[in-house]
Amino acid sequence: MNSKTESRAPVSQQALRVQQPFDSSQIGAMVTIEINEKKMQVPLGTTILEACAQNQVQIPTLCHHKDLCTAGVCRICVVEVDSMKTLQAACAFPITQQIKIKTSTEKVRKARRHIIDLLLSEHYGECYTCVRNKNCELRSLASEYGVDGFTFGHPEKRKHDIDKSSFSVMRDMDKCVLCRRCVRTCIDLQEVGVLEAVGRGDQTHITTFMGKPLSEVICINCGQCVNRCPTGALYTNDPSDDIWRAIDDKKKHVVIQTAPSPRAAICEEFGMAAGTSLTGELNTALRRIGFDRVFDTNFAADLTIMEEGTELLNRLKSVVVDKDTSVKLPQFTSCSPGWVKFIEHFYPEYLDHLSTAKSPQQMFGAVTKTFYAQEYNINPEDIVTVAVMPCSAKKFECNRPEMDSSGFKDVDYGLTTRELAKMIKEGGIFLPEMPKSGFDDPFGEASGAGLIFGATGGVMEAALRTAYELVTGREVPFEKLRIEACRGFEGIKQASVKLKNCVPDYTFLEGVDLKFIVAHGTANARQVMEMLKAGELNDVHFIEIMACPGGCLGGGGQPIPTSPEIRKKRAEAIYAEDESMTIRKSHENPRIKYIYEKFLTDGPCGHKSHKLLHTHYTKRGNFIV
Amino acid sequence: METMQIEKTSRKGIVLFSEYVAGSAIRKAVKIGREEVLFELRDSKLKGRGGAGFPTSTKWMITAAASAPKKYIVCNADEGEPGTFKDRVLMMEHPEIVFDGMVIAGYTIGAKTGILYLRGEYYYMLEFLENHLSGMREKNLLGKNIIAKEGFDFDIQIRLGSGAYVCGEETALIESLEGHRGEPRNRPPYPVNTGFMGCPTVVNNVETLASVPHIIMKSGKWFSEYGTDKSTGSKLFSVSGDCENPGVYELPWGMTITEVLDIVGAKNTKAVQVGGASGICLSHAQFNRKLSYEDASTGGSIIVFNESRDILHILQNFMEFFVEESCGQCTPCRIGNVKLLEGVKKLRNGNYTFAEIRNLRELGQTMQVASKCGLGQSSPNAFLSILDNFSAEVFQYTSSDKHNGVNNE
Ligand SMILES: Cc1cc2nc3c(=O)[nH]c(=O)nc-3n(C[C@H](O)[C@H](O)[C@H](O)COP(=O)(O)O)c2cc1C
Ligand code: SF4
Ligand code: SF4
Ligand code: SF4
Ligand code: SF4
Ligand code: FES
Repeated sequence: MNSKTESRAPVSQQALRVQQPFDSSQIGAMVTIEINEKKMQVPLGTTILEACAQNQVQIPTLCHHKDLCTAGVCRICVVEVDSMKTLQAACAFPITQQIKIKTSTEKVRKARRHIIDLLLSEHYGECYTCVRNKNCELRSLASEYGVDGFTFGHPEKRKHDIDKSSFSVMRDMDKCVLCRRCVRTCIDLQEVGVLEAVGRGDQTHITTFMGKPLSEVICINCGQCVNRCPTGALYTNDPSDDIWRAIDDKKKHVVIQTAPSPRAAICEEFGMAAGTSLTGELNTALRRIGFDRVFDTNFAADLTIMEEGTELLNRLKSVVVDKDTSVKLPQFTSCSPGWVKFIEHFYPEYLDHLSTAKSPQQMFGAVTKTFYAQEYNINPEDIVTVAVMPCSAKKFECNRPEMDSSGFKDVDYGLTTRELAKMIKEGGIFLPEMPKSGFDDPFGEASGAGLIFGATGGVMEAALRTAYELVTGREVPFEKLRIEACRGFEGIKQASVKLKNCVPDYTFLEGVDLKFIVAHGTANARQVMEMLKAGELNDVHFIEIMACPGGCLGGGGQPIPTSPEIRKKRAEAIYAEDESMTIRKSHENPRIKYIYEKFLTDGPCGHKSHKLLHTHYTKRGNFIV
Repeated sequence: METMQIEKTSRKGIVLFSEYVAGSAIRKAVKIGREEVLFELRDSKLKGRGGAGFPTSTKWMITAAASAPKKYIVCNADEGEPGTFKDRVLMMEHPEIVFDGMVIAGYTIGAKTGILYLRGEYYYMLEFLENHLSGMREKNLLGKNIIAKEGFDFDIQIRLGSGAYVCGEETALIESLEGHRGEPRNRPPYPVNTGFMGCPTVVNNVETLASVPHIIMKSGKWFSEYGTDKSTGSKLFSVSGDCENPGVYELPWGMTITEVLDIVGAKNTKAVQVGGASGICLSHAQFNRKLSYEDASTGGSIIVFNESRDILHILQNFMEFFVEESCGQCTPCRIGNVKLLEGVKKLRNGNYTFAEIRNLRELGQTMQVASKCGLGQSSPNAFLSILDNFSAEVFQYTSSDKHNGVNNE
């Protein structure tokens, strides 16, 4: 299926491909070029930057990002091209003829230094107090390209106040270098369009609609802009000080749940290559820094599958058997709070399609302050629930006023992978060297199905593993339970499974081709919604949508940088961990069986679970609340 | 809206202000055919009058050769360069050659639509120009099957700019036409390949297009006999500043500054700014330089300053202009101009070090090569040339002059 590939950013911010009378990649047209006096051949249309990267020549970049269309605005990547009077931006220059390129002549080196000097002359901020200290592209450029003083001065005063209005994303525009990556992220990757460059000349700045605080504009809190900002101008709202206070308070019982994506990515914060899950090490580290209990979010993911899967089967029954026209299909997943806010704003008329099941994070909070408190005889008032999430929108989600079904704020703090890594470092712990340990009861056991929630398509795969078996009595018919149709990073995936030889309860589904769609990134979500609007999806039953590119593993709270390659590595780590688990299906998790026996006694989607595990949505449209 | 009284002066000149019968070049172009039009243009060696000086025939040939369902011809009438007002005169006094030039361009490259991008401040001309276009439609010089030639369809729309200098840059102009912020695009690709709405587009200055009908009527060879070898034909110069007869002059390329100063009656001239704010500032010693693409190049603007003028004050004005008019997209131009302006202010109150000024000079050179578009690439020209040509005056203040009442604002 066609995913979104076209950019909606103004053309001034894109490197357009020169129109060729033929598709050069098809016939493999090659051009001979020279980089620093070395001859080589590259495919027609390759940018100078790509050609250099393929040939181990480093070119500094700042406005360029692999996930985004090319802007060519920072000019740090300039190189010399023979026959051209001016220097050319390597990131934006498509090679269409034989050229000779020089990448570090005196002119080039001087220009790069000047550009960094100029950026620093407008950059208010000190590295030692900055969230991006040690992981800042501006700072690296300055140290790598010979900047040794403030040639053109350095500001002594702030020009803008920090916008701290949002639950999720903070904006310190004094650190902005106007690379516009956030603008392109928000309009292209996410199609939300919160951020825009406004003003001309020295007045140019990045701002929101009418310059309002972020909490007063339509932002879905996905944090994708944060992940692509090269500096500390955008960052997430960090609750770690409050969490430390709770840990230090002897009266408080502080429990933490960890989601699969942070576990698969936190290694990157400790200098390791992407793609190693440090689940066991993390458990030990969390105990050492003082959390009273360490739980596995995947338990709640399994719970979500039970609730959401049952809801789907109920909807199917209402539609197929009872012909109830008020029940809507396809059903959409609801575990991505960025996506939930997106549909609330942009497609409020379709909220009936959204599963009422809460996200795993919120289910967890609700059962912790009820079931867990009861079983272990702890006053829920003293329980502080922390959720380690790959996501910045989770911070907004846990602050939704309706998320208090336990009688308290179900989840007190949403903590991102990056913020947790900082806490661990402050705790004096080098994570990769920790001994491994397990999770705590009663939410210590989870299935591989809950785990793969972290990758786009994971919720669908997990739901199918359970729903198919409930309906047919048999395992999904795939080798090692791998449902490949759900996997991979294509923007929109569509597939179906045939339901045959159904068990007596589900004979009404006999012969039905269960159709599903998986999409990630809200630009793709928008495309799916437009298809739905156009009536093209009337025969689809279930749609999984994740707000972030790649799913949760590409969430706005994950380690920076991000790129397609890094996200692929994280996904591999998650799928590998799934296959190492003994339990691979949510309904087989003994802890799930236990909670339905002991606590949610009227079963999935029963009265009690409705109160605790389901929610309702707000038709926001253009309004903020 | 008030209607302006249009003053019809009868200027005489060698090319642009020579006799021309409206529509005649369109007829002749169709008679001789596309290729001949391109050959005549090639022979004329006409170069773009908008500033960059790109050979017009090459631009047209590339676009004519492109196979695309739609092509466009855009007439750049943004005329925002300080001290330039010759396009205004052409459009008010000789709209027929401008529009006939567009029609011929459309015919030659195979475009069905022409767009005149009119500077926002020129909105008062809109009615006059629209009336002229209506007249052309009535005479079948626009519309379907022009001059009864089967399949020769072409029409012209006028779009108003909204006052940004940078929108005169051809790719920013196209962005603006498409409804975006007026910001220059990455090039390549150039508009001839990927222009308005992604289609091959010729963007030409008003004067460039106005030269075409004369070339078609009197041949490229005739045109190339005026001017110098590399700068053929005539040029409209907008002369302003300290002289007795400011105004628009049609002169052959290759005249010296001194000759022009004589013609316009300038006395006690200290400095001449050639090419507007983005041009260079020449002192007495260079007045023998020739106005031409290969020597002292200009899109038309010539500003004369006499001995009473403060050169740093002039420079400060130019730099303030660029600080404001930069589109703010790229680093060298957005911040570089601010730094140059700060430097000028420091020079004015004597509060500078030579090291600082040396750094700024190098910065200016970087801006010339590293900026994304012509605005940033040319904005340091005035700064650098004034430092070179007026060093005694530039460095006249020392820090002890700081409080001597030298105006810093
Ligand atoms: C900042 C800037 C402003 C410009 N303004 C104008 C303008 O007002 N009119 C114009 O014809 N060309 C202007 N140009 C030049 C155009 O980009 C372009 O080169 C020209 O329209 C091409 O036409 P020509 O080949 O006929 O000269 C400007 C260029 C720059 C960089
Ligand atoms: S954004 Fe980068 S350069 Fe700026 S203060 Fe932070 S770490 Fe330092
Ligand atoms: S958090 Fe998401 S929606 Fe909000 S500004 Fe950033 S990219 Fe846009
Ligand atoms: S906020 Fe960050 S990403 Fe956005 S323009 Fe500024 S530096 Fe770039
Ligand atoms: S050089 Fe100046 S006007 Fe041109 S793109 Fe850069 S900032 Fe904009
Ligand atoms: S990285 Fe190429 S211009 Fe910014």
